[in-house]
Amino acid sequence: MTIWLDADSRILVQGMTGSEGTKHTRRMVASGSRVVAGVTPGKGGQEVDGIPVFGDVAEAMAATGANVSVVFVPPRFAKAAVEEAVDAGIPLCVVITEGSPVHDTARFFQYAINAGGTRVIGPNCPGIISPGQSNAGIIPADITGPGPIGLVSKSGTLTYQMMYELNDIGFSTCVGIGGDPIIGTTHIDCLAAFEADPATEAIVMIGEIGGDAEERAAAFIADHVTKPVVGYVAGFTAPEGKTMGHAGAIVSGSSGTASAKKEALEAVGVRVGQTPSETARLMRSLLRG
Amino acid sequence: MDLYEYQAKHLFGEHDVPVTPGEVCSTPEAAHGAARRIGSAVVVKAQVKTGGRGKAGGVKLAADPDEAHDRARDILGLDIKGHVVRRVLVTEATDIAEEYYVSFLLDRANRAFLAMASVEGGVDIEEVAATRPEALALIRIDAIEGVDEAKAREIVESAGFPEAIRDQVIDILVKLWGVLVREDATLVEVNPLVLSADGRVLALDGKVTLDDNAHYRHASHADLVDRDAADPIELRAKEFDLNYVKLEGEVGIIGNGAGLVMSTLDVVAYAGEEFGGVRPANFLDIGGGASAEVMSNGLDIVLNDPDVRAVFVNVFGGITSCDAVANGIVQAVGALAERGTPVTKPIVCRIDGNNAVEGRRILAEFGHPLVEMVETMDDAARRVAELAGSAA
Repeated sequence: MTIWLDADSRILVQGMTGSEGTKHTRRMVASGSRVVAGVTPGKGGQEVDGIPVFGDVAEAMAATGANVSVVFVPPRFAKAAVEEAVDAGIPLCVVITEGSPVHDTARFFQYAINAGGTRVIGPNCPGIISPGQSNAGIIPADITGPGPIGLVSKSGTLTYQMMYELNDIGFSTCVGIGGDPIIGTTHIDCLAAFEADPATEAIVMIGEIGGDAEERAAAFIADHVTKPVVGYVAGFTAPEGKTMGHAGAIVSGSSGTASAKKEALEAVGVRVGQTPSETARLMRSLLRG
Repeated sequence: MDLYEYQAKHLFGEHDVPVTPGEVCSTPEAAHGAARRIGSAVVVKAQVKTGGRGKAGGVKLAADPDEAHDRARDILGLDIKGHVVRRVLVTEATDIAEEYYVSFLLDRANRAFLAMASVEGGVDIEEVAATRPEALALIRIDAIEGVDEAKAREIVESAGFPEAIRDQVIDILVKLWGVLVREDATLVEVNPLVLSADGRVLALDGKVTLDDNAHYRHASHADLVDRDAADPIELRAKEFDLNYVKLEGEVGIIGNGAGLVMSTLDVVAYAGEEFGGVRPANFLDIGGGASAEVMSNGLDIVLNDPDVRAVFVNVFGGITSCDAVANGIVQAVGALAERGTPVTKPIVCRIDGNNAVEGRRILAEFGHPLVEMVETMDDAARRVAELAGSAA
């Protein structure tokens, strides 16, 4: 088993006719994902590589049975795209779009919560992959095969790095939750899902400076996670008050520091690597131990 | 982007939040003129993006234009926690009866917004929160519902504002929420919000943080960027559309993906402990694509930083394959030589991931004496730290 995405997932791509949408649709298809529809307002009736394009999400779902949406639209259209997917009742909406104004994200997230039927992942994330089964987003599918590790990360490239370091063991599901200040799916959501997933034996959790999601995840682990967890936190050298690439990666005053996050995780027994490679070694010894 | 007080209060004024009249000045003479036009006692306030101005001598009362001139002269050029004062705000002095605190901010943890309000304003609000949490009202604001009069009344009642001024404060809160939403701000803070001796409620200070992701729908926000205070290398990197932050060390860093680059800074800093404490000189994320041109611009920026003694290119080929990355490095080094600025500092490359073998082959074949390849991120960090340490 996996979390949220499996071989039966039927993916639609919002913004499929755009250059990024088309490029990554092809990559998803090449990795064996079932991409069944595209959605671009006003372009219903077209096709991309034989995949039908619809004018809206509800129509695409009715015609193809799609149950996962991947959003590639530009930032100014992201809010409308997500709300449309929520209105259509899609169970999973993966928002790859980078640069969504945080007021828009706050509103589309609340919109999804109010409607109740849609899990949002992202924005500003690489997506979710269950290796060997399905890939919704831009995570390279050829880094690793299936296996017993669950991975949750704020960062795309650190996700790839960790998948690569442990590709001899493999992963159940890897979720890139994104580096924005407000994200639809948190570390805690993923930890809970991995805890409940019989195929996941151990969890790698990657965090970075900004906010207190890692501290709250640590508290959650203490109370609710019985599977072994190893952690990594990026940004020990980040100066106060500077945004480090990700909109949410900022140390404000004394809050959001990497050391506070590391301490919180270690306090609940999570081993935290000093480098990504050391983190991978910790996971390796855990699984072999 | 954080705004200066004078910029924040200007935004407040545009949204009908009551503020005292004032002018921003960069010379004592201008402060004299501003005080004369205001025509009453004034306060001369250092414009710096940090707290504790008052304690540092950056806020002074002046009875007349001559005093305003002298106080401005004292304050301009002051160094307040590393921020040099280039401008002062000269504003009408207010006879203060009471000081309060109000703010709206993004609440990351609850994925909503938060209103904070206290009738104990004018002091460090973090200290109030820590020592007397009962004095600070915290009200969750739903992102869709926002703040209407009823929500503002809830905030005002919860914080215990005096009956006589509740309607004024409610009106101000609704307008401040308008500032937050219509300007795409993630923080709007007024500390202090004051009750003047003549019964008016006014924003005496203002702190606003704008969302950089929303600049595309606010053309006027570009004018709020303080180019004088920005690092010159950061400004140049911005022209190339590069995601760059200047730091204080000696090792130039180029990588792809914000998380990996942050991680690279850390790994270099750890490795640097062995080599005289060398540290990263910058954060530079060239993004997932890493074309030859972007790599070339990035190398150009980093190599031209006089603090940099050695460069670490740390790329994990995810979407991009490593042969493209290696070709990017080769072309970048060639382009710099053609431009008449050949590479003179060692460049340590670690490229891994998609098609890494071919990427490494390309760099090996290139065989540039200053371009070195190291297989793992940790080893490469150690090597670049060693090179930067020995170049001292």
